[in-house]
Amino acid sequence: MAAMGSRAAGTGSAAAAPVRIRVLAEDIDVGELERWLQREDGGVGAIVSFTGYVRGRGAGGDIQRLWLEHYPGMTERAIGAIVAEATRRWALHAVAVLHRVGELGPGARIVYVGVASAHRGDAFAACEFIMDYLKTRAPFWKKECSGREERWVEPRDSDEAALRRWGAPGGGSGRPDAAEGSA
Amino acid sequence: MLTVRLFARLREDLGTGELSLGWSAPATVGDVIERLGAQGGEAWRRALAAENLVIAVNHSVSSREQVLEDGDELAFFPPVTGG
Repeated sequence: MAAMGSRAAGTGSAAAAPVRIRVLAEDIDVGELERWLQREDGGVGAIVSFTGYVRGRGAGGDIQRLWLEHYPGMTERAIGAIVAEATRRWALHAVAVLHRVGELGPGARIVYVGVASAHRGDAFAACEFIMDYLKTRAPFWKKECSGREERWVEPRDSDEAALRRWGAPGGGSGRPDAAEGSA
Repeated sequence: MLTVRLFARLREDLGTGELSLGWSAPATVGDVIERLGAQGGEAWRRALAAENLVIAVNHSVSSREQVLEDGDELAFFPPVTGG
């Protein structure tokens, strides 16, 4: 599976926050990521993380499995642009974004966003910012499968609306433009 | 040569995830959409006329007006639903 590591320039106390971006089929090791985010530079005072799971129930009823497709290459690039914008806006010490693809069952982890900073405010805001943009700008698609029924998940207007709090212009829903102000 | 990639519902509806097109300059994304519709028929014309169609050129979101170059990778897909 595609993987990318990069160092994004930050404006805060972390001159170059380490960034870990992965698209993977395997499960996400949340404990290992938290240890990685904590760093050893002594400056991390807050880690905020979000873990998304497969629900057992969707718009079409009980979900037996979820299929996740992505656009290799563009996915990593889009996530990289979102993380770069987050490191520009907030003082971050480390950022990890992992997203699974392939077939997943109810209760499985789908996505993890973890952010380390000196204080909680930056970590909370950056984590939510990254997640909001990931949902609407990174090229992933979900298909819900229940019994013999299969349906592609439709984008939700509320996900697009969530971007407005970050100053995003209105636009078509689900269009994976890079976060504004970045590549 | 242009590479055209399709994802998710578009890939399923049109029965292919990737195809190659011979290069003829000058060409915009809109020109390629017309070519694909002419050679692929009604299903292609309808899919590529969708209002919420997302276009990417070389992994960046783009538009019908974008001018293409030989070797570009053009992708069409529905709105994203990850996370």
